[in-house]
Amino acid sequence: MRWALPLALVAVAAPIIASADDTMPPAPYAYRQLDDPAKEAKAEALMETLRCLVCQSQSIADSDAPIAGDMRNQVRLRINAGEDPEAIRQWLIQRYGDYVSYAPRVTATTWPLFAVPAGLIVVAGAVMRRRFKRTSA
Amino acid sequence: MSEPKPQAPRWTLWLPLALFVGFVLLVAAGLMRPKDTDINSQMIGKPLPAFALRAAADGRGGLSNGDFRGKPRLLNIFASWCVPCGVEAPVLAELQRQGATIEGIAIRDHKEDLNGFLAKNGNPYERIGADDVSAVQLAIGSSGVPETFVIDGKGVIRYQHIGDIRPEEVPMMLAKLKEAES
Repeated sequence: MRWALPLALVAVAAPIIASADDTMPPAPYAYRQLDDPAKEAKAEALMETLRCLVCQSQSIADSDAPIAGDMRNQVRLRINAGEDPEAIRQWLIQRYGDYVSYAPRVTATTWPLFAVPAGLIVVAGAVMRRRFKRTSA
Repeated sequence: MSEPKPQAPRWTLWLPLALFVGFVLLVAAGLMRPKDTDINSQMIGKPLPAFALRAAADGRGGLSNGDFRGKPRLLNIFASWCVPCGVEAPVLAELQRQGATIEGIAIRDHKEDLNGFLAKNGNPYERIGADDVSAVQLAIGSSGVPETFVIDGKGVIRYQHIGDIRPEEVPMMLAKLKEAES
């Protein structure tokens, strides 16, 4: 009987959840690989570094969201047509901003992420040099 | 090691604690801030990409980027399977009543489902294009349904509204349409 309430809740919620998604079949290349393994490998590498728009912390390669399937479809079709993966990434960044890409870029807002560790290494090096000098003197 | 070791000023004793408190405050502020999951389109100010979609429902033609000529229009991205889109329908009807021209793009939708949706909720759309693989949606930087874009008379994207338009947002949307006239 302990299961009765949760089960009842699921039964009530299920139609709501179900109706919040479409029933269209996935896009042609959402789950189908490209015939050319080299191109598929390229597409796969790109898809793993593109961020799903509705699932926040998944790449489009990992996500079963319909829009992620549609993005995979578009990536595979474009790769198959000979487009450069980085050009596809730029096309998406032009539309969704840096959000959509997991590949870090050095920009006006992100440069401290790269500069601070480098700065810390320099400071640590300087401190260690002074210490070693002192003990050897 | 002949010189006496220089004494650090007393206040430096408190520095680690101050840093720690500062860090806690920073984290607390981040936790308090409501989460913003909107992904804004970067296409504002840019022309609509070229597209031509077949008619998504009976009684309304398909939609192409060439249809956005002459006067500002609303472009509503929606779907019959989207619950908030049903909630938004009366608001769109009100916008239309107050003079807005509304074009629609139905995402991943079946014709029968859409016909049913329009019969139930009313049809404020001039034309409805069917976007079966979200291609146009991706091309304009939209990430969900419903979203509503303001497109000016030259086909340039001027404004993006994410989520359903609330009744109290009708005047704001009409103002955005008016703004797009210039």
